Amino acid sequence: MEQAVQDIDTEQQQQRADEGHEDVIQVRHVAKSFGDNQVLKDMSMVLHKGENLVILGKSGTGKSVTIKCMVGLLEYDAGELKVFGKEVKSLSEEEMKELRSHVGFLFQSAALYDSMTVRENLEFPLKRVLLIRDQADLDRRVTEVLESVGLPDAIDKMPSELSGGMRKRIGLARTIIMEPEIMLYDEPTTGLDPITSKEISELIRSMQKQYKVSSIIITHDIACAKITSDRMLIMDKGTFVAEGTFDELSKSDNEFIQSFFKL
Amino acid sequence: MADASTFPLKSIFEEAGNQVIFMGRFFRNLFRWNFEWEEFIRQCYMIGYRSLPLVAITGFIIGFVITLQSEPTMKAFGAESFIPKMVAISLIREICPVVIALICAGKISSGIGAELGSMQVSEQIDAMEVSGSNPVQYLVVTRILACIIMVPLLTLIADAVGFAGSYAGLNLSQRVSPILFFNKAFNSVEFGDLLPAFFKTIFFGFAIGFIGCYKGYNSNRGTESVGIAANSAVVNASLWIIVIDGIAVQLTNALGY
Repeated sequence: MEQAVQDIDTEQQQQRADEGHEDVIQVRHVAKSFGDNQVLKDMSMVLHKGENLVILGKSGTGKSVTIKCMVGLLEYDAGELKVFGKEVKSLSEEEMKELRSHVGFLFQSAALYDSMTVRENLEFPLKRVLLIRDQADLDRRVTEVLESVGLPDAIDKMPSELSGGMRKRIGLARTIIMEPEIMLYDEPTTGLDPITSKEISELIRSMQKQYKVSSIIITHDIACAKITSDRMLIMDKGTFVAEGTFDELSKSDNEFIQSFFKL
Repeated sequence: MADASTFPLKSIFEEAGNQVIFMGRFFRNLFRWNFEWEEFIRQCYMIGYRSLPLVAITGFIIGFVITLQSEPTMKAFGAESFIPKMVAISLIREICPVVIALICAGKISSGIGAELGSMQVSEQIDAMEVSGSNPVQYLVVTRILACIIMVPLLTLIADAVGFAGSYAGLNLSQRVSPILFFNKAFNSVEFGDLLPAFFKTIFFGFAIGFIGCYKGYNSNRGTESVGIAANSAVVNASLWIIVIDGIAVQLTNALGY
């Protein structure tokens, strides 16, 4: 299968990465195993500043593991993974905290703190990471970000009172409120109806324009990929097997790549 | 993390090592400047105030039952007047600290284990970590400290209510003046009875909070693991309480209390 699909020119990627400044994430030959199960195999990629990169792949191919390695939630076994030019594995606790304050992560389940209201969820990182104590400033930021995700009335609701789509929006608001330079989306449209999925995908696009963030979007939803992607990587069995824009890949005559685009 | 009681020897050592590392994280974060006062007070309310009815009823019944059970034997030896003293010493030194700690292990430790376990399953702990916040400081330090403070206070309340239960038990068969009963009970209790018991409950509180947090924080990702975390928190915290009690008794005897 891997030989059949288009090979990614890793040398070209490396050369691009070596050129430096415009790549906010550089991954070279990263490998990760859980016991005997090798999830990532010699994986290489870069994320350019300001772009939306979609990683498309079947479930269980290592997509989520890839982005969890980028924020130090999982430790990779081999290779090089740099975020803002810093090797993630070698960061101290304080350096990791500093790095994470510039990277937003939207979990598949949105991961809202269910014992807190929406307002408390949004204020949580502001008080603890940016150390903002002024209530007027907190209120201003919370109101602003809720308006940008289209949910200004949800401010005093508990997460249990929100629908799946609303939870995703609040989850997105909680990460965007920190004004990250990089956003990592872990299957942002999974479990949502097609209309809400489209709204979330468009919201991801507008976040890119409004906040000038560089994003990696993990998905197997082709409609989401079409709306959000500037560039796409297709992943299979722990490595990238194809790269291109949505249009380029959708015209591929490779059977495996085409299987993602068939409705 | 699976139940340690089903593990082979190697895994028991691994589990012990992981607990030591987790304890290190707790102590490292305990002395950080940005203490979570709001969450700490909320936990004191949840752990202390919310456990009060259960602890008070248990304390009352313990005092009541001990008095009823011991009264015929004491009467046979003509030692009825020693009942307040016997009840006071046994409640303060051993029965209330251990029974209340075991009840707290069931209520508090399992609650913490299940709460943090479900936060782990729903990726809330990961979300805190990824945002650059400190989940150990917010979730673990506050809960363990609340247990350390609230378990001794709950035990003192159970002691006091236990005296009232004992008085009620004694009054079922004979009329005893409350002033006489409580005078006899308090006169027989020395500072040396109260202090070791109080210190013991501080360690019980630590064990209850620590095990609950450890099991919940390190639970696996499936929903089943929430139940496993809660269950193993109760089992392990109860075991720790019995072990700490055994050590404390040896230590107080050696120190002459």
